[in-house]
Amino acid sequence: MFEDVAISLKIAVEAGTPILLASLGEIYAERSGVLNLGVEGMMMLGAVVGFATTLTTKNPILGVLLASLVAALLSLVHAFACVSLKANQVVSGLALTMLGVGISGVLGRQFVGSPLPVRVAEASIPGLSDIPLIGKALFSHDPFVYLSYALVVILWFVLYKTKLGIEIRAVGEDPSAADAAGVNVALVQYGCVALGGALAGLGGAYLSVVYTPAWIENMTAGRGWIAIALVIFAMWDPLRAVIGAYLFGGLEALQFRLQQALFFGYRIPVTLLGSLPYIATIAVLVFASSEAVRKRIGAPSALGKPYFREERVF
Amino acid sequence: MKLLSLRSVLEKPMVIEEISLSEMQVELGEPLVQMRGIVKIFPGVVANDNVDFDLYAGEVHALLGENGAGKTTLMNILFGLYSPDEGEIYVAGKKVEIRSPRDAIRYGIGMVHQHFKLIPTLTVAENIALSLANAPAINPSKHLVEEIERYSKRYGLEVDPSAYVWQLSVGERQRVEILKALMGGARALILDEPTTVLTPDERDELFKTLRRMADEGCGIVLITHKLEEALSVCDRITVMRNGRVVATVRPNEVVAADLAKMMVGRDVLLNYEKPPSEIGEVVLRVEGLRVLGDRGLVSVDGVSFDIRSGEVFGIAGVAGNGQSELVEAIVGLRKVESGRVEILGRDVTNQPTSRVLGLGVAYIPEHRIERGIAPDLSVVENLILKSYRNPPFSGRLAMNTDYVREWGKRLVEEYEVVTPSIDAPVKLLSGGNIQRVIIAREFSQEPKLIIASHPTYGLDVAATEYVRKKLLEQRRRGAAILLVSEDLEELLALSDRIAVMYRGRFVGVLEADEITLDRIRVMMAGEEEAS
Ligand SMILES: Nc1ncnc2c1ncn2[C@@H]1O[C@H](COP(=O)(O)OP(=O)(O)O)[C@@H](O)[C@H]1O
Ligand SMILES: [Mg+2]
Repeated sequence: MFEDVAISLKIAVEAGTPILLASLGEIYAERSGVLNLGVEGMMMLGAVVGFATTLTTKNPILGVLLASLVAALLSLVHAFACVSLKANQVVSGLALTMLGVGISGVLGRQFVGSPLPVRVAEASIPGLSDIPLIGKALFSHDPFVYLSYALVVILWFVLYKTKLGIEIRAVGEDPSAADAAGVNVALVQYGCVALGGALAGLGGAYLSVVYTPAWIENMTAGRGWIAIALVIFAMWDPLRAVIGAYLFGGLEALQFRLQQALFFGYRIPVTLLGSLPYIATIAVLVFASSEAVRKRIGAPSALGKPYFREERVF
Repeated sequence: MKLLSLRSVLEKPMVIEEISLSEMQVELGEPLVQMRGIVKIFPGVVANDNVDFDLYAGEVHALLGENGAGKTTLMNILFGLYSPDEGEIYVAGKKVEIRSPRDAIRYGIGMVHQHFKLIPTLTVAENIALSLANAPAINPSKHLVEEIERYSKRYGLEVDPSAYVWQLSVGERQRVEILKALMGGARALILDEPTTVLTPDERDELFKTLRRMADEGCGIVLITHKLEEALSVCDRITVMRNGRVVATVRPNEVVAADLAKMMVGRDVLLNYEKPPSEIGEVVLRVEGLRVLGDRGLVSVDGVSFDIRSGEVFGIAGVAGNGQSELVEAIVGLRKVESGRVEILGRDVTNQPTSRVLGLGVAYIPEHRIERGIAPDLSVVENLILKSYRNPPFSGRLAMNTDYVREWGKRLVEEYEVVTPSIDAPVKLLSGGNIQRVIIAREFSQEPKLIIASHPTYGLDVAATEYVRKKLLEQRRRGAAILLVSEDLEELLALSDRIAVMYRGRFVGVLEADEITLDRIRVMMAGEEEAS
């Protein structure tokens, strides 16, 4: 039983990792005031690029790196549209998702059914992994999970404890004030959007290269959207994103367990179980937004609004 | 489509490193900054029309003009926020190009904007770190605390570096802005209408600080539309009107009336006629009102008063002492925690706004763009915002368009709204004309109670004159008027009684024969009179 729980937690962490990575990226983009609804598309693109590269080069590290790079490039399209051309961020983001999903669907068709010849090995951390429960759940993973731990801490530190972090938060709160303080608003936004793209790509590649090392159609299955919802749940804070991501990962783990379980003699339909994360997304959004209202902690004030320097402010 | 921001991503700043006022030797009385032939055109307006402007080291230089004269535009150009269509700028005698505030800051130019450019969710230290190019990359706010305190002491700008900006009063926020500029090495400091938000004491402190800075070799530009400020604290005064410089004078060469004439272009009436009016029944009664502010703290703390018809009841006080919350609670835009609001004998506590307004209440809100109009709708649509549901504006199924247009045209004429047509989006109008639209809408319904929040804030002399005249007209007609204002002269000129509000309470209520400027000033700082 104890072992069971530990394994479930371990699966929860692994299932939560792609969502966590994508959320971290979106947190940065949104903190700089740019809403990017293209996360799903960038994840998909990352997944296909990561998979294809690993398949041909047998080098998962290269696969994941290339996936981040390509997804970051895709996100720059969004940055160009929103920051430089001041286009509507919702429309541009949706277009990005369609583009990413479409491209990876076409490219991925040839891979359907082919498993990856290489696996990313697990690397338990000596010492830490012997702690009961926690050791199994947190410290017996592949290296990318540890990378995500490091990213959480680094991104939190940068956002709250460095000059760059102040600049990012300022740009997302009030770009005109940041501008007047001498911050290069466009540069900060480009950077954050690109980081968001890179992390979404990384999350996507984690799915196709590490988590399920085989190509499945519609690989990301809405995880990009969950990641966006998670940003709100996390109140734009990288540390809080961890909790949310593992909660969702936990739901995925739970699905597998419940598939075997009998309720009053019946099996729960698989489709119903499959919709659990999405139902949870809605529940989380409802809950988080009411809590946000109560605490008056909101989105970055300038989120979604293009900045025109010479526009009249009343 | 301009790709300005892309260019700014790719291009290095234009600053030529050697020029920085903070390091250069500019003798007192020598020019720090010279602007020549500046032209700036916005769609439909020439905001700056061939303007020359000089700022010397060691002077406080007033930039005086009516609203819309082009003062802010000119200084925004100097600070790199707007790019001029024509003209040249010299810093310490050398021609420069200022493409962004970043460039301006490096040249040693600082600006305190009228609407402060601070991030409320960041601390004071973080806001300052944001603007300092050489702030440490890691933990900048911690490293800056000492330096902030040193500057605070030296210039008398007390502020807590670890406080969040949203916790600060407007006066404190202004100090942060000045500190920001000073610590960034500003030698030429621009302040845009800095005194509008200050108590008289804070204002005197500010002027002392500015004088100290000028004595140390800085040049200060003080943008203002208040004559007495220009005359009493400045070394030189440049007057602007309609985008042009009318004259640059020294205060000892002119008197207030000359300046007023230069600003407005004609003689101005500085007094209002206030005939005695007939005081009637109680229209608004407020009893023991307690209201919470946005942050959940008590903003209005047990306020009671009556207003009778034909009477103007003024509320004085520095912004942020609960006046806005009081007004919002009365009109039903904010929850009343305890206490009672009665209009014409009816209890309207916590009633929906539509019901309150339906009793014949006119509301001139403090934030005229956000609350007073629907900016994208046309002038005529804004004029019927309150009445479109009712006949004769609306028929059984559709609007009665002909009637609405006729009526709109009549109001535009009667209230002298300057607009290209009644179909123009109201946001294109100037502040004064937007206020005329609001007043036309509200007053045309012959209200019994008028709630006017800062009705002339930010308006030019002519528009201000008009609004005050209209308020007095309504008083004569028999309306009860609640007038919240920070402008003491306005309160004095219009009110029959004045309450002074401080930290959510009335410090006192002065009857007509007791009202003097000095008594109100003392009370605004929270001191009750021993009487
Ligand atoms: N960003 C802007 N966009 C369009 N018009 C503007 C803008 N800023 C100012 N204006 C117009 O330029 C004129 C000068 O405005 P401004 O410089 O703000 O005057 P002042 O500061 O003297 O009150 C006004 O007619 C104003 O409506
Ligand atoms: Mg101005």
